[in-house]
Amino acid sequence: MTGRREIGAPILEVEDVSLAFGGVVALQGVSFDVRQHEIRAIIGPNGAGKSSMLNVINGVYHPQGGSVAFKGRRRRKVDPYEAAKAGIARTFQNIALFRGMSVLDNLMTGRCLKMRRNVLEQALYLGPARSEELEHRRKVEAVIDFLEIQHVRRTPVGRLPYGLQKRVELGRALAAEPELLLLDEPMAGMNIEEKQDMSRFILDVNDQMGATIVLIEHDMGVVMDLSDRVVVLDYGRKIADGTPEEVRRNPRVIDAYLGVAH
Amino acid sequence: MLYRETGQFKTDYAADQQLFPIRQDRVAIVALLVFAFAGVPLAAATPGLAVAIDFNYWFSGVLIPFLIFSLAALGLNILTGYAGLLSLGTAAFMAVGAFAAYNFELRVPGMPMLMSFILAGGVAAVVGIVFGLPSLRIRGFYLAVATLAAQFFVVWALTKFGWFSNYSTSGVITAQKIAVFGWAIDTPVKRYLLVLAIVCVLALAAKNMVRGAAGRAWMAVRDMDVAAQVVGIPIMRTKLLAFAISSFYCGVAGALYAFAYLGTVEPAGFELDLSFRILFMIIIGGVGSILGSFLGAAFIVLLPIFLDLSANAIERSFGLTLPSGLVSNLTLIIFGALIVFFLSVEPLGLARLWQIAKEKLRLWPFPH
Amino acid sequence: MQFFFEVLIGGLLAGVMYSLVALGFVLIYKASGVFNFAQGAMVFFAALTTVGFISMGAPFWLAVALALAVMVALAFATERVVLRPLVNQPQITLFMATIGLSFFVEGIAQLAWGANVRALDLGIADEPIEWLMDRTGMNVSKFDLAASGIAAALVSVLGVFFNKTRTGRALRAVADDHQAALAVGISLQRIWVIVWITAGFVALVTGLLWGARNGVQFALTFLALKALPVLILGGLDSVVGAIVGGLIVGASEKLAEVYIGPHVGGGIESWFPYALALLFLLARPEGLFGERRIDRV
Repeated sequence: MTGRREIGAPILEVEDVSLAFGGVVALQGVSFDVRQHEIRAIIGPNGAGKSSMLNVINGVYHPQGGSVAFKGRRRRKVDPYEAAKAGIARTFQNIALFRGMSVLDNLMTGRCLKMRRNVLEQALYLGPARSEELEHRRKVEAVIDFLEIQHVRRTPVGRLPYGLQKRVELGRALAAEPELLLLDEPMAGMNIEEKQDMSRFILDVNDQMGATIVLIEHDMGVVMDLSDRVVVLDYGRKIADGTPEEVRRNPRVIDAYLGVAH
Repeated sequence: MLYRETGQFKTDYAADQQLFPIRQDRVAIVALLVFAFAGVPLAAATPGLAVAIDFNYWFSGVLIPFLIFSLAALGLNILTGYAGLLSLGTAAFMAVGAFAAYNFELRVPGMPMLMSFILAGGVAAVVGIVFGLPSLRIRGFYLAVATLAAQFFVVWALTKFGWFSNYSTSGVITAQKIAVFGWAIDTPVKRYLLVLAIVCVLALAAKNMVRGAAGRAWMAVRDMDVAAQVVGIPIMRTKLLAFAISSFYCGVAGALYAFAYLGTVEPAGFELDLSFRILFMIIIGGVGSILGSFLGAAFIVLLPIFLDLSANAIERSFGLTLPSGLVSNLTLIIFGALIVFFLSVEPLGLARLWQIAKEKLRLWPFPH
Repeated sequence: MQFFFEVLIGGLLAGVMYSLVALGFVLIYKASGVFNFAQGAMVFFAALTTVGFISMGAPFWLAVALALAVMVALAFATERVVLRPLVNQPQITLFMATIGLSFFVEGIAQLAWGANVRALDLGIADEPIEWLMDRTGMNVSKFDLAASGIAAALVSVLGVFFNKTRTGRALRAVADDHQAALAVGISLQRIWVIVWITAGFVALVTGLLWGARNGVQFALTFLALKALPVLILGGLDSVVGAIVGGLIVGASEKLAEVYIGPHVGGGIESWFPYALALLFLLARPEGLFGERRIDRV
């Protein structure tokens, strides 16, 4: 693909991560890396531990064993707040938008780490607070333009159809200008046109904004087209790791899926 | 027809971010402020009208408490409506404000009155942060219980430790006379104007906070705090800030309650039922809405008066004597019924009904 | 030492009374996930209605039966007007609705029967038990002991009901998830009516016992507030927890008042149970016997 950024050194290294909830094992000794500017897919049958893996990366779950290194800093327990500060943003499988707020406000929350003015200055809304609010408004409007959601910017997100909510959630993640973007089934429940739109957005984010993307997805066509490399999980273990072509031909992967065609 | 926005285009984000983007709203708000600040006092000073309407009663018994309760409701709305942290201890923070202001005036010679009010709010904010600390680990209903603990403890402490009330019996304090920049605020009109000014300033500040990053952080924590963390909102700071600001507002309201409304207060006057009244104000008026705080306060202040007047009118016209507790019991019944009604039918309260009315007005006279 | 035991036993017995109040809450919470702030008002209403009927000339048993009928009617009305419109709303909304309900019930109670304090005589004297007094010199009231006995019996019956019967299982299902319960064919309305009637019955027993002790007066409504620390300690959804929590709160309250109180000026009963509950909450948010909740994202 022309115009793609050069894929660089590993920016995220997952090493020997194990996670269990009481007696239920979610992840066992999973290790892989993600290189800068690449699009990495995590695939696997239902219950394989894919969402749990993303949750470990950005600190929502704390693994019992192993560690995650992001930009060279290796940690076992990460706080979601720290992960956000470090430049990781994500979307969730079941949309985690702030239902009481409008689209614009939801996206503005994505900018919160970059807003410096304290609450007193905000209360007065004179000079500094005002210009900061307007500056971030401009950035957020760029994301709104990019995702083509101008027409619903003032609508409370609870009232939007599912597909638009997914887009807004992506927008909130993008508003943070992340270095690493974790997408948990961004195309779930979408029809073909919506999937094409979303694929285009993901590619543009990778190209134009330079974000590294880790993506969980069930649609094999999407995975093959979009990703540079793929990790396959099954019952919490990694069973394959390589380019889409390598992974597709891997007999263990085929067994795990029992010939699932999408 | 009247409320059309045709021709009102916003050409930059600053215009879009205005408090009142629609021109008709701006006109209405200015008219309301002019009426409140100038119109009402002028009417009160007109000899002819003063005979027909008992202005002192309206100032001291209706407008001033309405404004003060609006302020307290604003405070509670920030904590419960915007940040989603249910509090049953509002009255306790008002008490802290009242007693703090009294003590600042009493013990610091030459303290400007407005400064006393601000510092009183500050003290209430600190107390609010202390009682808000449990909210970092417990949520929802259990947090409400923690605020109940604050409510009981504060009232007990203010009664038990005589220092707070300068060792008077049962903790009664009589607020000092208000003087601002050398002017004595000693008539109902002047008190009304002072309270109006303070409430307007604080309401504007609240609106700005709620529209900005702080408000978004509060609403995010309210709606889904895991996602808020993931987005980078510091949960602890956000919750404590909500407690602080809310308690500040309630503290200032409490100081005004003592100084500009009742004149004499005691800890027993800030009990749980007052906290409930303010909670009812925001439920009926609209949680998560600045306007709702005002509408709810107006409703709760006016309803008992309306019932009283009706009862008197019925007694006079039919020659009956109604049972003595009738009005107060009816008030309880109506409040209770309305709470259930609003929660089931329109959880966003009167403010939402107002919004719906405005939306209909924009289309009028067309049906859709 | 003897004084200590006297205070302790007095506290435990008072605690049993608290358990009784807490029980009403647990019942409703267990079955509908609603924290019924109006339980205190219901206790007051039940007691007042009984006394009202007695003052109208009805014999004791008839007054109680009529009061129970009124509580049943209240249960039906509450289910129809408050619970049904608010199905599946968040817990906090339902809690606020029951605050409204409590105001409503208080207003109706006083409107119907007046606001005077009434005495209630249950036939059990509030005197020390003689043989205990003679043997050990400890002052333990007959009334308190009888009340504890009644409360204990009630709690055992309810415990069996919840854990061993089909209806009890249905109640627990409803408390867990309204929609899932509907999906397996449990009639929410029937269950809620049963629960609120039971809670009404418990409220009646509680009202009679407390009313006989302290007089039937508006302050009974604040019993709801006494029950909250009990529930936090014991867990909102545990009958056993209500008992244990009640005993702990009753005992610690009396002991604290006697031994710590004089150092801080007394009157700490108003907030001490809450402080205790708060400390507990920080360490164990679900209470001693409550269920742990894990949120999955």
